Amino acid sequence: MPASGPTLSVAVHRGTSDGSTLRVDHFTVPAHDSQTVLDVVTWIQQNADATLTYRFACRVGMCGSCAMTVNGVARWTCRTHVSKVIRDGRLEIGPLRNLPVIKDLAVDMDPFFDKWAAAGGSHAPTATRYDPVVDIDPQAPERVAANAGIECINCSVCYASCDTVAGNPAYLGPAALNRAWTLVNDLKHADTKGVLDVVSGSGGCHNCHSIGSCTALCPNELDPLSSIAGLKRATTRRAFRGR
Amino acid sequence: MLTLRLYLAQRISAMLMVPFVIVHLIAMIYAIQGGLSAAEILGRTQGSAFWFAFYGLFVVAAAVHGAIGLRVIAAEWLRLARGLDLLMWAAGALFLGLGARAVLAVTL
Amino acid sequence: MRLAQRSQPLWLAHVLHRLSGLGLALFLPLHFYVLGMAMSQPERLDGFLHWSEAPMVKLAEFGLVFLLAVHLFGGLRLLVLEFLPWPAPHKTLAAGAVAGAALVSGLFLLNAV
Repeated sequence: MPASGPTLSVAVHRGTSDGSTLRVDHFTVPAHDSQTVLDVVTWIQQNADATLTYRFACRVGMCGSCAMTVNGVARWTCRTHVSKVIRDGRLEIGPLRNLPVIKDLAVDMDPFFDKWAAAGGSHAPTATRYDPVVDIDPQAPERVAANAGIECINCSVCYASCDTVAGNPAYLGPAALNRAWTLVNDLKHADTKGVLDVVSGSGGCHNCHSIGSCTALCPNELDPLSSIAGLKRATTRRAFRGR
Repeated sequence: MLTLRLYLAQRISAMLMVPFVIVHLIAMIYAIQGGLSAAEILGRTQGSAFWFAFYGLFVVAAAVHGAIGLRVIAAEWLRLARGLDLLMWAAGALFLGLGARAVLAVTL
Repeated sequence: MRLAQRSQPLWLAHVLHRLSGLGLALFLPLHFYVLGMAMSQPERLDGFLHWSEAPMVKLAEFGLVFLLAVHLFGGLRLLVLEFLPWPAPHKTLAAGAVAGAALVSGLFLLNAV
């Protein structure tokens, strides 16, 4: 490792969920301009410790696989510049919270995706391929509401940041509920009633305490907090109208 | 751990209590001027159908709201899974019982 | 790792709302019990009210009024956030709730002393 030039002091949380091998390793990493947190992790894996486990794919903020906890905040590491998050020359990198750790920085995303499915996240068509294509007015209020929430990349930053998930493991979480809200507003979705039913269950939208870490930290600047409020209103309205 | 039904009970009791709490706060700020006495409190409330209805409804709403709130805190901070229903109903019954006794005592 | 998101204002608003609610729930049975004395033993209630003139008790009462006010305004903030689909300036609402509670309980304290 070349000793010249500025360096970063990086602490990396290692180990697995069973806790038997939990430890924090410290690395000194060469600092560069426009360096991302993912660059730092990759440098460590390639130059300092080949056993470091982490996950990434696209490196351009589209695939949602590289999220980690960086200096106490869940971030998409490929689009997070070191200069934006570094404190006193130090970087502390750990796995996402609220999900089981497979090893080191790679978490098991299964609970996240299971809840996505459990919140009614799959599309139910209103027409078959033999029916004429239905016109959807892009200015319709439902479509505008759905559009506001569809750019989710499933990175799980909101889920890992949610204190309600931390306290209540059955809670579906912000991403799944945001997805449910887009389906409720999808004029081509056939099973709106089914979605409203599952988000009214014991792990549903009514457990949300509106702390808003999801909206504050979503890398794509989505607003799950408002989507969940929308679900609360829709289910309340339906309860008073009778089913 | 909160279903739609419990959520609605929590929010409806909250909305009911907004005017109750405001009036109660104003009444307290007014009542403590010059000290408190049992006679003064009873003079204001005894035999008053208005205060009976006011504090009666207030107690019911507070019992519902407090019981559900304790349920949430027990689940999230104490990690209770079983016994949540029992805790909620017991707390509600305690609030309602003691509250009803208090309302009767000061308005009858 | 210390969770940095826990310093954001809305997290603090949430914790304040929960702690004030918990405090009120614990105080309520006591409050009801004391008022319940009015019918059976008015002299004991008077004794209690006399005791409540003590400065420390006054301070505790101020705390209770603050809890009630903070829970009221915090709850109004949540009801607005959930039921009125405003593009919400959440932090302003949260700060306003605490300011309103401080005002009401301050008024109570001024009257009490």
